Amino acid sequence: MAELTAPGTTVAPGRPTSRRPTGALLGVLPFFGYTAIFLLTPTLVVVIGAFLGDGNRPSLGNVTALTQPQVVSAFVNSVVLSAVTAVLGAVFGALLSYAVATGRPGGTLRRVMTALCGVLAQFGGVTLAFAFVATVGMQGFVTIWLQKIGVDLAGSTWLFEPTRGLVLVYTYFQIPLMLIVFLPAVEGLRPQWREAAETLGGSTWDYWRHVAGPILAPSFIGALLLLFTNAFSAYATAAALVSQGSPIIPLQIGGALSSEVLLGQENVGKAMALGMVVIVAVVMTLYAVLERRTTRWLGR
Amino acid sequence: MRLQATRRRRQAWFRRVVVGVVGLFFALPLVAMVEFTTRAPGGGRSLDTWTTLFDLSAVDRDYPELKTGLIASAGLAVLTVVIMLVLLVPTMTWVRLRLPGMRRTIEFICLLPLTIPAIVLVVGLAPVYAWVTYFLGESSIWLCFAYVVLVLPYAYRALDAGLSAIDVKTLAEAARSLGASWFTVMWKVILPNIRTAVLLAAFLSVALVLGEFTIASLLNRDNLQVAINLLGKRNASISIAVSFAALLIAFLVLFAMSFVGNGRRLRRVRRSKES
Amino acid sequence: MSTHLASVRDDAATKGVGVRLTDLRRTYGTVRALDGLTLSIEPGELVALLGPSGCGKTTALRVLAGLEDADGGRVEVGGRDITAVPTNKRDMGMVFQAYSLFPHMTTRQNVEFGLQLRGVAGARRRARATEMLELVGLETQADRYAHQLSGGQQQRVALARALAIAPQVLLLDEPLSALDAKVRVQLREEIRRIQLEVGTTTLFVTHDQEEALAIADRVGVMRSGNLEQLAAPRELYARPATAFVADFVGLTNRLAATVESGRAHVLGASVPLLPGSAQSGAASVLIRPEALAVTEDSNGTATVVSSSFLGSLGRVTARTDGGETVLAQIDNAAVTGFSPGDRVTITPRPDAALAVSAD
Repeated sequence: MAELTAPGTTVAPGRPTSRRPTGALLGVLPFFGYTAIFLLTPTLVVVIGAFLGDGNRPSLGNVTALTQPQVVSAFVNSVVLSAVTAVLGAVFGALLSYAVATGRPGGTLRRVMTALCGVLAQFGGVTLAFAFVATVGMQGFVTIWLQKIGVDLAGSTWLFEPTRGLVLVYTYFQIPLMLIVFLPAVEGLRPQWREAAETLGGSTWDYWRHVAGPILAPSFIGALLLLFTNAFSAYATAAALVSQGSPIIPLQIGGALSSEVLLGQENVGKAMALGMVVIVAVVMTLYAVLERRTTRWLGR
Repeated sequence: MRLQATRRRRQAWFRRVVVGVVGLFFALPLVAMVEFTTRAPGGGRSLDTWTTLFDLSAVDRDYPELKTGLIASAGLAVLTVVIMLVLLVPTMTWVRLRLPGMRRTIEFICLLPLTIPAIVLVVGLAPVYAWVTYFLGESSIWLCFAYVVLVLPYAYRALDAGLSAIDVKTLAEAARSLGASWFTVMWKVILPNIRTAVLLAAFLSVALVLGEFTIASLLNRDNLQVAINLLGKRNASISIAVSFAALLIAFLVLFAMSFVGNGRRLRRVRRSKES
Repeated sequence: MSTHLASVRDDAATKGVGVRLTDLRRTYGTVRALDGLTLSIEPGELVALLGPSGCGKTTALRVLAGLEDADGGRVEVGGRDITAVPTNKRDMGMVFQAYSLFPHMTTRQNVEFGLQLRGVAGARRRARATEMLELVGLETQADRYAHQLSGGQQQRVALARALAIAPQVLLLDEPLSALDAKVRVQLREEIRRIQLEVGTTTLFVTHDQEEALAIADRVGVMRSGNLEQLAAPRELYARPATAFVADFVGLTNRLAATVESGRAHVLGASVPLLPGSAQSGAASVLIRPEALAVTEDSNGTATVVSSSFLGSLGRVTARTDGGETVLAQIDNAAVTGFSPGDRVTITPRPDAALAVSAD
């Protein structure tokens, strides 16, 4: 690689540029310094703190505390909620992606849907919670309308239960996220593949079964995993909706952090956080593996 | 006889049904928000909530927490974007130029927040922020440090795509050989060429900051979402109105941006279709 | 669709069918992609459709394949009207310009795909696929994936895949356009060799006239949705039917001339006219560079502008006193004798040329 010298001077070719490696490393120091303080330190606090007990001595007490019934049920609820909404979001999101992909590229439908989904996917949290309260809450628009035609939505607390209300609310941001993540994969299906399959004698079903299906499968599953992580990590929506108890893990952690805890119990929150990280890390690793395969096939 | 036309028609029909059904699902809460905020006390419609919202003096007087939250979030958005850009653009450019071996490491670190959700991060941030409070005080604006970490994955991806699209090495070398300082290279050569990527990274960051609740709430600071949440307990209508307004603005901005970036790509698509 | 698959040699005996396109029309909005195109391909023949972008050649091929609907006209293969038959029942093999290999399948699986759809049993399928891969010279790459192959290799696999099903017609949509120049020349020879060996009726679309002339039995030059001329390469080159064909195929000089009684007076000489020429008055005559002789002549009527030695031949560009620029192709040994500024005489050979009215 040529040396960067002032114009007019001759260049000696073939000299290595890394004659001052420490100099170059200085350039990335700010980045590493910043992330060390605000990303790595908190991570270490959680990971190490999970194994610290009374008076900051090493202990497995926090981890065993995770086996308490309400913590276990919180984990189970979280996993179930995330899995169900991931599947719902993936299926409907995939259908939506396909529908949008068949439209004109650069047409209005695609623009509007992509923008809308971009916003709704980040929507989450408090805004979403209130939107649903306005829709199916006690004074909700749909609740009142349904009452008029004689259907009573079994009290109005159903919204706050993880099995029913939260599923509905979470799906609301899962489907848009699916579109954002999966649409590029659907658009990556080259028309030549379909046409080649046709000229070789394949029907539409043959094409989906042997070509498009297998090609999209890794993307679909990857997106599904991403949706799972997304729901699993969500805190704000549930925090705004659920006022009593902590049925899911993020709420448990929030509770441990903000309430006054007894001495010796304060690191349980960290153990729960660590538990979350482990689950999420496993899922994300699978996602990364699948993504690599997809990029190769769809040439992106 | 017209076989391809039949297939296109069937696709259009499928498209309309799916988009219609899902669109309805999306639209319902949005419509509900508008409906809720336009309810008059004795039945019928009223724009009271909305006029109150736009009456800044009334907001200041009756809903001070909203004002503080809004100002805090606005400041946070700006500061987060600035810090993010100052941190990422030079680092990513430098790595491409001088330390290509570090690229994987940087990428890993930037994508790490995807695996460490906000709720987990905030647990570890509590002691770190004790120090921040010690040095810088209790203002909500210092949440920006945590927010930069949260936006890292999205900003990194956007900027990485932008930098991949231009030949960073050649541009930087050309500028340096003409005598430019590193600052000039970043500011006058690299940055203008990754404008769209920077805009996208900035927009994603702003969207995230405006929607962030977890860290602000659990570190006991103010921001827009915390304010809306507090307000919701008092006056549901106003808080829903604010939420809806924020959503609408975000949507319009994203929609407008889709024209900016894709212009070039679109013209290429149209040209390639004629043959 | 037949599941009886004999070896490649037998393909020729059973598969040569004729193709006839009659009065095809296709309009996109205001653009007439096909404007009453009529074309016949003899059994076992390779016809190349040649023309600039937008002339309709690809549309014609896709209508034949069934991938596009025609607004009007008929498509007949082997005497059967297949205009209303869907693509997957037309029994045609198609090679696309690029990207058509299924990325999630190996080379072998790609080639076997059509056979798999037809329910051909495993052993027979593998044997046939191997045979096809040997035909295109890629039997060693059978277990590779598309992204591991070069562009040229990918197209050869695409060809093997298309021929594996022993189609009635082979369609090639600019198969070489996305490849490097050197690979292009090699691969076009191979395609022709394979096509002759297998004997399938073939339609080959390209915008590269050298390609078309090199491998086709007949070449159809298209413009604005219709054929300008359909003839064997030599005929097309030596006796172009229109100025467009003369211009598009090979290099041509347009020289001012006057026309009368079947002859054109140009460059101080007289040449016979091709049919279809303008018959009288002022005209432009289209003469090939190799049909011009250049001789040193201090009393000549042209001045050399430049001369180039191109290896196997030489080119001389000269400017006539009348202000016209003429390109002549001459012997590579003689070209070194000409330098810019030399006075020369340029004489056309006595071959027939095409004249068009000077309007």
